[in-house]
Amino acid sequence: MNYHINHLKELEAESIFIMREVASQFENPVLMFSGGKDSILMVHLAYKAFYPARIPFPLLHIDTGHNFPETIKFRDELVDRIGAKLIVGSVQEAINKGEATEEKGLNASRNGLQTAVLLESLEKGKYDAALGGARRDEEKARAKERFFSHRDEFGQWDPKNQRPELWNLFNGKHRIGEHFRVFPISNWTELDVWQYLAMEEVPLPSLYFAHTRPVFEREGTLLADSDYIEKRDTEKVFDEMVRCRTIGDMTCTGVSKSSAKSVEEIIQEIATTRITERGGRTDDKRSETSMEDRKKQGYF
Amino acid sequence: MSDNTQNSELLRFTTAGSVDDGKSTLIGRLLYDSKSIHQDQYDAMVKASERRGEEDVNLALLTDGLKSEREQGITIDVAYRYFSTPKRKFIIADTPGHIQYTRNMVTGASTANVALILVDARNGVVEQTKRHAIISSLLQIPHLVVCINKMDLVDYDEEAYNKIQNQFEQFAAKLDVKDVHFIPISALKGDNVVNRSEKTSWYEGPTLMYYLENVHIASDHNFIDVRFPVQHVIRPYSDEFHDYRGYAGRVSGGIIKKNDEVTLLPSGFTSCIDKIMGPDGEMDEAFPPQSVTVLLKDDFDLSRGDMIVRKNNQPEVSQDLELMVCWFDNEKALLPKGKYTIMHTTKTARCVIKEVRYKLNINSLHRNEEDKTINMNDIGRVVIRTTSPLFYDSYRTNRITGSVIFIDESTNNTVGAGMII
Repeated sequence: MNYHINHLKELEAESIFIMREVASQFENPVLMFSGGKDSILMVHLAYKAFYPARIPFPLLHIDTGHNFPETIKFRDELVDRIGAKLIVGSVQEAINKGEATEEKGLNASRNGLQTAVLLESLEKGKYDAALGGARRDEEKARAKERFFSHRDEFGQWDPKNQRPELWNLFNGKHRIGEHFRVFPISNWTELDVWQYLAMEEVPLPSLYFAHTRPVFEREGTLLADSDYIEKRDTEKVFDEMVRCRTIGDMTCTGVSKSSAKSVEEIIQEIATTRITERGGRTDDKRSETSMEDRKKQGYF
Repeated sequence: MSDNTQNSELLRFTTAGSVDDGKSTLIGRLLYDSKSIHQDQYDAMVKASERRGEEDVNLALLTDGLKSEREQGITIDVAYRYFSTPKRKFIIADTPGHIQYTRNMVTGASTANVALILVDARNGVVEQTKRHAIISSLLQIPHLVVCINKMDLVDYDEEAYNKIQNQFEQFAAKLDVKDVHFIPISALKGDNVVNRSEKTSWYEGPTLMYYLENVHIASDHNFIDVRFPVQHVIRPYSDEFHDYRGYAGRVSGGIIKKNDEVTLLPSGFTSCIDKIMGPDGEMDEAFPPQSVTVLLKDDFDLSRGDMIVRKNNQPEVSQDLELMVCWFDNEKALLPKGKYTIMHTTKTARCVIKEVRYKLNINSLHRNEEDKTINMNDIGRVVIRTTSPLFYDSYRTNRITGSVIFIDESTNNTVGAGMII
């Protein structure tokens, strides 16, 4: 007798279980889609979880207006391919309407504004569960996150008062106006994600693969040059062969020097790298607990 | 992709311990020696340690992620950590060891294959060691490994090690543990953690890492009694799949095979497995912990909370149950005669507490029948009656179909965990 499955299939089984649990326990769930590899993985798993029925929830993209153009193109193609419904919450629109104020200066980012627009979009759609592709290995505050994470009527996270999660039993009970963030891929690491995407041959945005683009250096991090980001006179733009390890806003997502042009080469690179995935995210470096602080306010 | 990845298993283990028994150092060593700590994480840790005026790099800062944990210098919550070797991927549920965090230990233990219990070689088996062992036994963690740590401080003395092993074995005889291993280590110096120590030549067993990579976990699931709780019904309502009615769920016991004769609960009707659909298409059989979709030959209308079982192997079906309960609520004790919502497999019901039989002293195993108040972190034996019958096995037979959580109906909080006797 040899009844065992490898770790990727076990993680897949766990994530599918969580997604089905969400479809059963909540009335109006939504899947938060950023266009990055983790949310692409989420869509892939959701497709498998409900096949041959359609994914029983829409995708919600909070568009900061500062996305890499490649991200938006990929998003639209994916939505078309699987026949999903896409809802876009626009930060630019919120700014135009005066509901949000843009940060000023060199390291200005729309990261903080994203939270307000996310919470507003969730409220507007009356969603009682928002599925997200956050992983516990990404960041120390996220390591404390539950699969089913309760949010009060203000969308806030209370890390000291979280519901214990045991066995396969997930308590999604909530009052009207409260919602849950659900993280089906909590137990995946960056390497697991890549190994699985390779095994399943899932299509990915070109940004993840090595390409030549104009970049400049700031505080040890390489940033992609764009109109959205103000540069000091000393910051010189040059061409470099790079790829993204995470995909966020162009203003805060660092790119790294790489020659990895295939998923297999990326796996090689990750297996030997000494820097974590979010190491290039300037939004995490604002303080020791900046992720925890943002999450308490409702950030994803 | 290499064959290594294809064959690597997932192993979940739990650790419990307090600040000074070297738990953080041990985890830090496992992560560091398996190259799972990245340079930027290490740099951030060095910086944070310096800011706090600590001489050494404080590896606990790696696991203690929340602001309040860093301020108080303790792990409050369960922290999950990940590392892998070419053989296995590991998930550590790192929990605090003090008695006031029993609920966190129970949470971490609920899904673990292995419990790692740390004993300070200078102090031997103490109250905390017993508590961790009792919790591991109650939660039925299949494998226990007792790391006798700080061997460097007792000159790697074989006798000291043997004495502690005897102490522990005597105590463990009273428990329900199947598989116990002992390893002499020094987390600080690295002896027998990843690399075999030359200073313990008298020790012939494996290093901790070797043990974790090789302990046999394939039979930790119940592969005998077929249990398939219906989680979600899949009805595509499309032209192509017009009459498709699939029962989605996770195999919670046994091996389900195509063409098996099955009984459907609660109705008691029998049918036959027509198809099993897995994440990669049709399959002939499915087993724990796979998530699949089952199609039946006959047109029955099952819903969430129902269960598919093998015809000649049925679970208990009852509204009256006895359980060991660990209480989590910091505001209200478990109320005798109180009503709670319970979740069991995919079923939700209500229950009333009929009786508290005793409170268990989790340092001594003494059964207290005088004081039966079950407060936060207490463990006791209770009798409940549910609004509708549950389809269950004893927790000893099946950790999935034998476990229950209690939910407070006014706050919606998870306030207790129960193991069915």
